[in-house]
Amino acid sequence: MAILVNKNTRVVIQGITGSAGSFHAKQCVAYGTQIVAGCTPGRGGETFEADGPDGKKVKIPVFDTMADAVKQTGADASCIFVPALGAADSILEAADAGCRLVIAITEGIPVMDMIRARRALEGKNVRLVGPNCPGVITPGECKIGIMPGHIHKPGKIGVVSRSGTLTYEAVGQLTALGIGQSTCVGIGGDPVNGTDFVDVLKMFNEDPNTEGVIMIGEIGGNAEERAAEYIKAHFKKPVAGFIAGTTAPPGKRMGHAGAIISGGKGTAKDKIAALNAAGVKVAPTPSDMGTTLKSML
Amino acid sequence: MKIHEYQGKQIFAKYGIPVPKGYPAFSTEEAEAAAKRLIDETGMPVVVVKAQIHAGGRGKGGGVKVVKDGPKKAREAADALLGMQLVTHQTGPAGQKVRRLYIEQGLDIARELYLGMVVDREKKRIAIMASTEGGVEIEKVAAETPEKILTEHIDPALGLGGWQARKLAYGLGIGTGSPKPKETVKQFADIVGKLGRLFEKEDCSLLEVNPLIVTKAGDVIALDSKINFDSNAEGRHPEWNELEDKDEEDAVELEAKEAGLSYINLDGDIGCLVNGAGLAMSTMDIIKHFGGEPANFLDVGGGATKEQVTKAFKIILHSDEVKGIFVNIFGGIMKCDVIAEGVVAAAKEIGLSVPCVVRLEGTNVDLGKKILSESGLKIVPAGTMADGAQKIVQLTRGA
Repeated sequence: MAILVNKNTRVVIQGITGSAGSFHAKQCVAYGTQIVAGCTPGRGGETFEADGPDGKKVKIPVFDTMADAVKQTGADASCIFVPALGAADSILEAADAGCRLVIAITEGIPVMDMIRARRALEGKNVRLVGPNCPGVITPGECKIGIMPGHIHKPGKIGVVSRSGTLTYEAVGQLTALGIGQSTCVGIGGDPVNGTDFVDVLKMFNEDPNTEGVIMIGEIGGNAEERAAEYIKAHFKKPVAGFIAGTTAPPGKRMGHAGAIISGGKGTAKDKIAALNAAGVKVAPTPSDMGTTLKSML
Repeated sequence: MKIHEYQGKQIFAKYGIPVPKGYPAFSTEEAEAAAKRLIDETGMPVVVVKAQIHAGGRGKGGGVKVVKDGPKKAREAADALLGMQLVTHQTGPAGQKVRRLYIEQGLDIARELYLGMVVDREKKRIAIMASTEGGVEIEKVAAETPEKILTEHIDPALGLGGWQARKLAYGLGIGTGSPKPKETVKQFADIVGKLGRLFEKEDCSLLEVNPLIVTKAGDVIALDSKINFDSNAEGRHPEWNELEDKDEEDAVELEAKEAGLSYINLDGDIGCLVNGAGLAMSTMDIIKHFGGEPANFLDVGGGATKEQVTKAFKIILHSDEVKGIFVNIFGGIMKCDVIAEGVVAAAKEIGLSVPCVVRLEGTNVDLGKKILSESGLKIVPAGTMADGAQKIVQLTRGA
């Protein structure tokens, strides 16, 4: 089981010929992910080569359009490395081609583009994860994104986070404690994204292979508060949490476009209080995420 | 990215949104000339001299002066404002130095309203908010009397509907007391529609008109403008280069930005060098947790080079306040040996004079640790974030 991705997921990399796209496509193939196609307009007909986990060469056809890529290869998921100003267009192209899952790694997409893209995806049977996220991994089965595969271990804890490296921190702690992960989902650090905490928590709730969750939030917006409401009302499994940005000054964007306290809203204090009230055990420091979760199992 | 009120009003004018007549001034002479020109052009004796800084609350902070007695008095007001440290609820206690002024015609105000537009993250739409409580801190209104704020969301496929603009107009009772109520409603609806288009086309992240006024004659005019642009859209707005005022930015933060680093200056004495925004924020948090004070937020990003790490060190050591540095790296795609080489190169080049704790984890961690231990530098290794934070706090406290 696990959520969103597994060993059967067939992936197109949009922007596979670019520097980030080609580097990470190779890493994903080496992990064992089924990368079945690439898409870069003007580069259709080329072949992208990478080494599989067994060291054997994998030949990946490159297409000009997503419609062709999906039609020719039966891909059902896409991963986007297209530069920021063209990325929203690529999201819509993947959705139109019939991908059920679109994972946008690209950082720096204008918020107006994301507002339009979200509107265009309304009513469509497609899940967008990200943008500005590390991607999704089901350890041992499928890695779509930029996370270091080797720190993960197959198991039963779900991880969901707005931050990339902080997710690695949590995963590293879990693995060091001998606790494996079912699926790790980076929802991204942008103010307007495709999938939020509640969406992922719902999937973890239904997944028989997930027995507990680490949820990592940060300052800005109210996604954590909404997650707390959902957890309180519906979530059946233990949740350990962490919120980054207790010491962040108001009015300053802390790296991520969405990590900003504005008008006194979106503080770490409010989010921690909401999570505590929902029965989530919030780790006192980022070094304690793994042990906090372990204490609840 | 923030711009000044007068620049915002120039954009308003481009969209046909009525603003008072006014001229920017960078010196007392220019201010006097602008005042004279305004009085001549409008035939009215009242002008307003407004400090231009990138922060709200200027009126309350003493940055706006109404002048009734001619250009000479305007010059005196300008003289008092130029060069002052203007402190408002948004600047912090040190305030912001006034370098630019805007000289504007005075108007007979009957009512002051508030109009604001932001990105509503939950609804994934632009929210437009209007309130009868104009001219004051809208945060207070939102906290104390939220029912006085009316909100409409803009469907990006359709734009702001005329019906929505009318809903706001009648909700505010905008025509009440106006000598030409129907015309006042029409003007308001027209302005709201234009602001909606402006927000979208110009890639704003925040837009406020506080106050939007109704004059005694019943005309609706934007008396103030505050526009923040979405920095992510910079690549398709070359015109933003000219609107940027580097005097309003922190010089070190600007230097970092140009080097591709995300840096924010803080008040503490422990410098932080981290990869990833979330990890960088929580590194600050954990330093504080163990009794220290972070001197900065610094994210070197996912693919930093040796040169960037060196630059990051220099930027951190810029401040005399920094008594120690905590390097916290979770190498995913970024390899620990590359970071270690960068740290060693930077330390050797700059001459590391303060304690430095380095915590490395992830890809090629053993190689990275080896490089550090063989460098001959006084670098204190740490096993975990908590270990590193405790060590740097201890080392800087002793210093």
